[in-house]
Amino acid sequence: MLAVLTFIVRRSLWTVVVMFVITVVVFFIFFKTPGVDPARALAGRDPSPQVLAEVRQQLGLNRPLWIQYGIMMKKIFITRNLVSYSDQGELIIPEIFAAAPITLSLVFGASVIWVVAAIVMGVAAARLRGTIYDPVLMILALIGLSTPVFWLGQVVILITQVKLHSSIFSWVQLGYTPLTQSPVKWFEGLIFPWITLSILYIGLYARVLRANLLEVQNEDYVRTARAKGLSERRVLLRHTLRTSMITFLSLFGLDFGALVGGGAILTEVVFGIHGVGFLTWESLTNLDLPTIMAVVIYGAFFIVLANALVDVAYAWIDPRVRPT
Amino acid sequence: MTEPLLDIRNLSVTFRTEDGLVRAVDGVSATLQQGETLGIVGESGSGKSVTMMTVMRLITDPNATFEGEVYYKGVDLLALPQDQIRSIRGAGISMIFQDPMTSLNPVYKVGWQIAEQIREHEKISKQGARARAIELLTSVGIPNAAERVDNYPHEFSGGMRQRVMIAMAISCNPDVLIADEPTTALDVTIQAQILKLIRKLKSDYGTAVVLITHDMGVVADMADRIAVMYAGRIVEQGTQRELFYDPQHPYTWGLLGSIARLDRPRPRRLAAIPGQPPSLMRLPAGCAFAERCAYRFDACETQQPQLLDRLGTGHLDACLLSEQRKHAIRTRTVEPELVEETP
Ligand SMILES: Nc1ncnc2c1ncn2[C@@H]1O[C@H](COP(=O)(O)OP(=O)(O)OP(=O)(O)O)[C@@H](O)[C@H]1O
Ligand SMILES: [Mg+2]
Repeated sequence: MLAVLTFIVRRSLWTVVVMFVITVVVFFIFFKTPGVDPARALAGRDPSPQVLAEVRQQLGLNRPLWIQYGIMMKKIFITRNLVSYSDQGELIIPEIFAAAPITLSLVFGASVIWVVAAIVMGVAAARLRGTIYDPVLMILALIGLSTPVFWLGQVVILITQVKLHSSIFSWVQLGYTPLTQSPVKWFEGLIFPWITLSILYIGLYARVLRANLLEVQNEDYVRTARAKGLSERRVLLRHTLRTSMITFLSLFGLDFGALVGGGAILTEVVFGIHGVGFLTWESLTNLDLPTIMAVVIYGAFFIVLANALVDVAYAWIDPRVRPT
Repeated sequence: MTEPLLDIRNLSVTFRTEDGLVRAVDGVSATLQQGETLGIVGESGSGKSVTMMTVMRLITDPNATFEGEVYYKGVDLLALPQDQIRSIRGAGISMIFQDPMTSLNPVYKVGWQIAEQIREHEKISKQGARARAIELLTSVGIPNAAERVDNYPHEFSGGMRQRVMIAMAISCNPDVLIADEPTTALDVTIQAQILKLIRKLKSDYGTAVVLITHDMGVVADMADRIAVMYAGRIVEQGTQRELFYDPQHPYTWGLLGSIARLDRPRPRRLAAIPGQPPSLMRLPAGCAFAERCAYRFDACETQQPQLLDRLGTGHLDACLLSEQRKHAIRTRTVEPELVEETP
């Protein structure tokens, strides 16, 4: 038990260290790239001399490096009053915090769909190996894997909002309603974005899982399970699938983290869902550097966090890597 | 003689592969009586594992085809539907495998894995099954079993894991225990302990054992009857005495050349007989061993020798050499060595 605790503490400390390094790296990229005047970069397009001076003053750009870093971090993490200059006066951090639950809703729903669908498809393909269904399923997965999200999103919108909007899809109102406000509207608004986002991952995960299942199927302990007299179903679910999930889970943690961190840009933009990805896209098109910087840090944090959670989950699912 | 517990009749197994048909088992017949130990020896690739895995119906390769029958208590296992073979696996016939490091599922506690098998075959509570698992672990000589039952396989040494495998295999009191090279992956002292354990099980429960091995010393110690396999066929079969004191097949002579002296550590592998076994895809028309046989003559190349009771004693062999010729050869080469090796 103590070992587990020290493991978690050590992992958390490590996570903090990594996050610190990320902020330093991001700080250097945005502030210390040679030939770039951070004040000019941060102050938006065509700033007046007063604004420039104000920005210099605010960010302490004439003071030592570590103070500049400190001021920046204070603005991001403590006072949270980093201002977007291209979008005059908008406070960035609260904006991100408002966008995060939207992205989380999108990614969470999509991940439920993709995990369930990928397990069903992967298991079916592995079980139906040697029949025509296996290659058919895998080709479907490959198609899903290679369908561009922006195109798929457009098609989905065309079908649900234009072609069939007056008939079977009249209930579809794309857009985000908070879950706390109306679970039904939340679901209706997100179901098609979920599906759109999940298609790629269904394809990817189904293929990975199938490959894993086929590999594990040849393991000696699966033969042992069968020799024990267990049913094929139990052999598959409790033995083959259980160990195959180790790879699946670690992959999932990383993808989930990356998506929550803003990786769902295309889906959010196509469907006009104002999540973190949308914010990223907006700030990129406006060259809104303070926002970009904040979004990069936010995204990196989520990926690091997801990594840490995957490590813990890994130890939970695979006793061999458990600390003793 | 009573009706045998296990009766393998003319069993053949063929794998369809990209390069052609692989005849891994070719017309094998063997019986196992209640409480008896049958040793199966032969070089790597001779079909020992495939034969016994087929008995358990553990070959899942969709490209495999089976011919022949395997009667267990009068029922043909090869004709049995899946759900019925399951009730025999683990309960009537159990199997332990060569590599204890990979034969247990790494993500479950060993006690859970034993209990899982018990619960599959008997109506018993979780706690009951766990208590049985602890008893079993104790009986196979795992110290501190009440604690060890909650350990994962990677927390055990190879020898201990093989003990766990044995505990699992005997958990439902099987009539037949198939041990496929149970000690090959273990070092010498642990080997001896595991063999001792199997012998104890035999005397305690009267379990019949099929022991697959590379090691002539092991069969000398353990087996009542021995079948020698070569290229998917049994080439000689007889009692332990017959095989060691009066071997009939030149291949067996070669294997016996490898028997370890009892006062020295046993070799892991059979002594090298010069040459390679033939490809199972292109078995020769005559005797499969002819190519490597020092005593071959013309007929060996063209005539497939049958496994027959040539001496009229129940001691079967598949060699075309006449008795006189064999006698002449053995007084020259095999006999002196054998006298020295006799236990
Ligand atoms: N699924 C399969 N497809 C094709 N060939 C196979 C398959 N399984 C086994 N074989 C072949 O069948 C032959 C017999 O294999 P088997 O495992 O029974 O040998 P063995 O006597 O147990 O050898 P070892 O002592 O190495 O365990 C081998 O030549 C092997 O290559
Ligand atoms: Mg084998």
